[in-house]
Formats: sequence, structure tokens, C-alpha cells
Amino acid sequence: MIELFQLLVGGIAQGCVYGLIALGFVLIYKATEMVNFAQGDLMMLGTFVALTSIGTWGMNYWLGLAAAALAMAVFGYLLDAIVLRRIIGQPQFAVVILTISLGFLFRSFAGFVWGNETLNFPTTPFTNETIDVGGVIISLEHLSIILGTLILAALLYLFFTYTRLGNAMQAASQNQLAAYYMGVRVKHINSLIWALSAIVATIAGVLFAPISLVEPSNGFYGIKAFAAAVIGGFGSLMGTVLGGLIIGVSETMAARYLPPGFKEIVAYLLMLVVLMLRPHGLFSTLQRKKV
Amino acid sequence: MRILFKTSYFEDIRLFQHGGQRFWYGLLVAAVLIAPLVLAEFYVGELTQVIILAIAGVGLMLLIGYTGLVSLGHGAFMAVGAYTNTYLITNGVPFLAALPAAGLAALLAGVIIAVPANRMSGIYLAIATLAFSQIVEQLIIRWEPVTRGFQGMPVPAPDLLGYKLTHGWQLYYLSLTMLMLVVLAAINLVRSPTGRALVAIRDSEISAQSLGVHLFRYKTAIFALSAAVTGLAGALIAHRMRFISPDAFNFLLSVQLLLMVVVGGLGSIHGAILGAIFVGGLPQVIALMRDHLPTAVARTPGLEPALFGLVLVLIVLFEPLGLYGRWLKIKAYFDFFPLYRRATFKRQRAYLKTERVR
Repeated sequence: MIELFQLLVGGIAQGCVYGLIALGFVLIYKATEMVNFAQGDLMMLGTFVALTSIGTWGMNYWLGLAAAALAMAVFGYLLDAIVLRRIIGQPQFAVVILTISLGFLFRSFAGFVWGNETLNFPTTPFTNETIDVGGVIISLEHLSIILGTLILAALLYLFFTYTRLGNAMQAASQNQLAAYYMGVRVKHINSLIWALSAIVATIAGVLFAPISLVEPSNGFYGIKAFAAAVIGGFGSLMGTVLGGLIIGVSETMAARYLPPGFKEIVAYLLMLVVLMLRPHGLFSTLQRKKV
Repeated sequence: MRILFKTSYFEDIRLFQHGGQRFWYGLLVAAVLIAPLVLAEFYVGELTQVIILAIAGVGLMLLIGYTGLVSLGHGAFMAVGAYTNTYLITNGVPFLAALPAAGLAALLAGVIIAVPANRMSGIYLAIATLAFSQIVEQLIIRWEPVTRGFQGMPVPAPDLLGYKLTHGWQLYYLSLTMLMLVVLAAINLVRSPTGRALVAIRDSEISAQSLGVHLFRYKTAIFALSAAVTGLAGALIAHRMRFISPDAFNFLLSVQLLLMVVVGGLGSIHGAILGAIFVGGLPQVIALMRDHLPTAVARTPGLEPALFGLVLVLIVLFEPLGLYGRWLKIKAYFDFFPLYRRATFKRQRAYLKTERVR
């Protein structure tokens, strides 16, 4: 029983990371209908930037995290403003190909700058600390991921509900043209959403880094996060995080209780099942246009 | 400028529109036929690679370029073809039976993914095919009695009616024959009513349906056909590689196949072949460039994917019609010489047309 709980905590922590990466996908998809295949690579870049600011330049953990998030936000904004805005109006697969190739570029760039060897993230305030909850030993690293996700989700909720900018973002993602008529600067807002999504990816990466290794191929976690976004229905933010949790937990359970190999594919199997039963996701609020 | 005077509707779907085309395509066929006689063995091998990629490209082009169904998992069909072919040959089945069997196995895999795929569209389909390819990859890794997992399998030389094809040039001619057959079949398909129905599905599913196109039937059929052609390419590439292992058919291969059809130009058979030349030739160009670059740059690992990504980004941004589209533009420029207008190929939409309602 204790083992089950222990696994559950690990799975939830892993799932939170998937959920956060998927949150980045969904933010961008809701606003611009672009599916960003480079989201995992944004996370990877964010992790490396944080590694440099904390590990190499010796910044305080929180300061380094903030600096990395800020740098990645600027990067995300410029990425949309310079590159992705140009292909609005082209078919969707053009975006798919563009973001896949951007992912290639980011991965190679990280390889150039930080090398292709795996690095260890510097010690954080959570390293090697554990707490004991009724026999279940929870490491602070796992706990920090779960709490971080909760806080981030709450902040995003407050941001979208109560701030002017958040409302403008919602408006732009619900109906671009109407938002534009109401005086929302849609282009600027879209770039800001890319920035926001890069921040979320960076935080996900930094929270995740202590329990994983840091290497350029970390970007491939993005593919699994996709499954989370699909299960969540590419629509609601809460559904997406929940989708991430489902995948994280089932992956951890599959690693323990199912034959080898299932850990790698359980996310995709779940996704295929969901796509077959409900082609628009479990918690989908979107409907396709009908004639 | 050439003026075509048509006196019958059938002239629109003729294989060659005019004598000039017959001449140039004849010249091209002659050139590829004598290539092994004049080229060094290494380049024959590289050409074989390009040809095999082109076969897979044509298969994928039918699906993406003509029917508008994006697949991010075609590497899996190549893997199915390669492993079926190799397994059968290793167990004594003659090559001439193993090759069609490989196509058939890929076809079945295509049907398996096509049936659920019919419920999805656009990006969901792309993601589902991606998931499917990941599952196939794991299957290959874990199904050790058949695939030998990570150890990989050596591929025996193909045996053509008791005659072993051990040399590079023999495989070259084999692949070339396959490519010509596949291209001919594809051209015939797209100029037939079936092909027109596929294009109709691509342009608007709703109008295609209201004109009597049975969506489920056509989509399943084209998925299966595309998978089968890709599977044949997989069987051939196994012979080219001589040794197959799961990591030869990973996600990157699927991406490469997708890049091929996009870089070449969607919606044309020419595009698939130009794309294959591009994808197959770029590593060679990079290798040549390496000698002329400063060692510090040339030695960095990952130069190839970086350049790959960069070229793709530039093509998607600046030449969305692909290499073949660029060629059409150049041709149109000279055809209409002083009168060419840039707007001829301008894309229609410059705004985001949403696919959803709330």
C-alpha cells in the first residue's frame, strides 16, 4: 500500500510536468490555432538557460529561475513576432512542419552551446530533502513540482479571470476578429501568449530538472505532453493539467506493474483510445464548425 | 511561349501534354538508366537511397498532397515493410514473394490506423499517426523472437529467380524499376476519377461528400495504398542498409518523409521526387561543405540537423509551394516573359480562418 502511494506521488509529479508542457501547447493553440511542436524544446532551452544562470553564474535559485523565465519570455515573444506570425493563413501542417524544424534548430543550438552530454542540475532548495507523511516518504523535489504546478495553475486562472490583459487574451482566442474590432491588439497579444507559454515551459523545465537529467534531447518530452493535451481536449486549462496527471500516473504504474515497453507507449495508447472514443478529447469544450 | 490547341477533353489528362515533355522525360529516363555506368559506386549507392526515398515520398504524397491527410507516422510503415521483408527472406521465402508481402503487411497496418483515423481530422490525425508510429517502434523493440529487438537483423541480398543481387548497381536498377512503376501508377491514379475524388476530399470534405464521394471508403483506401507503397520502399531500404535495427525507423524518419513532400511541393508527383533529391542530397552537400569550413565549425556534432531545420524554416516561410512551385514560377516567368505578374501564385488567404465554433 505504501509502495502504491509512493508511486502515486512520483506519478503525479511526473504528470504535473507533462501537464505544464501541455499547458503551453494549449495556451498557444487556443489563441492562434497553431500547434507548437517545439514546446518541449522550449522547455529544454529554458532549463539550460536556468542551468547557466544558477549553476554557472551562481545566482540564487529563485533569482535564476526568474531570469531564465524572463529571457525565455522575450525569446518566445520574438519567435512569434519574427517567425510564426508570417505563416498565419497557411494550412495547419505548415505550422506543424515549421515548429518541428524549429525544434530541430533549438536542439542543435543547445548542442552547440551546452554540449550534448547530460548535465546535472545544480542543487536546489529541494535537493535531498524528504518529508514523511504517515509512512509515505515524499521527496521535496516531487512535492515542489506538485505545489509549483498548483500555484502556477492558480496564478494563470487569476490572470485570465481578473486582469485586463488576461481578458484580452481570452477574447482574442475566442474570436480574433471581434476582439480586433473591440480594440484588442491581436498580434501583440498573440506574441505575449507565446511569451507566457515560454515562461510556463521554463518553469516546468526547472521544476523537472532535479529529478531528470538535463540534455538537448529532453525536448522529446514534448511529444508525450502532446498526449496529455489531447486527452485534456486541447481546450480547458484544467483539463490539460488533468490529462497530464492521467498520463504521468499511468506511466509510473505501467513501469511497475506491466511488462517492459508499456511505460513508453501507455501515453500513446491512452491517447489513441481517447481519440477513438471522443475525437476532441475528454474535457473538450470545442466543437467543429458544421455547415 | 507554347500554345496548346486542344481538340478533345481527353487531351487534358494525357500522360504527356506535348512533344517537349516527351523529349525531356525521355532524356531523364535515359540519364538515370546510364548513370551506374558512368558514376562511381559510392554515388550509385547515394542515388539508390534517393530513389528509395522517392518511392516512399510518392506514397506519402498521395496521402498528404492529394488527399490532405497529414501523417507523422509513415516511418512506421517503412519499418513494417522492412521487417516483414527481412523476416520472410531470412526464413527462406524468395524475394519476389517477400516484397509484395511487405507491401501487404504495410497495407494492413495502414488499414488498422485508417479506421480510427477516419474519425479525426487535421492536427488530431497527425498526432494519432505519431502515436501509432511510437507504438510500432516499441513493438519492434520488444517482439524479439521476430525482430531481434535492439540487436537488429542482417538483411540477406535479394534473390531474383536464383540470381543474387549483391552489387550496388543491381539494387539501383531494382529500385529504379520500382520507382518507375510506382510513379506511373500514381500518375494514373491521380488522373482517374478516384484521384479527382481524393483531391475533392482535400479541398473540401463537405463538398466532396455532397458530390457523392464516400469519405470513409476513399480515406481508408488511400491510407492503405499510401502505407503499402511506403512499405515497399521500406523493404528496399532494408536491402540498401544491409542491417536493420529499431533506431533506423524512429520519429526522425517520419519527419524526414514529411519534409520531403513539403520541401518538394505538395500536390505534385514531381514534388515527391524533388523532395527526395533534396533530403537524400543535403547530407552529401553538408559533407562536402565540411571540408571547406573552419574545423571548429565543421567538427561540431549536430551540424546536419541544424542546417536541415534552418533550410526547412526558410522554405516554409518563403516558398510555401516548395521546390516544384518555385520551378513552376520560373517557368511561368519565361513563358509569359514580359508579362509575368507576381500575383499569379499569390496565396489567397492572409488571415486566420478558424476551424472551430464556441
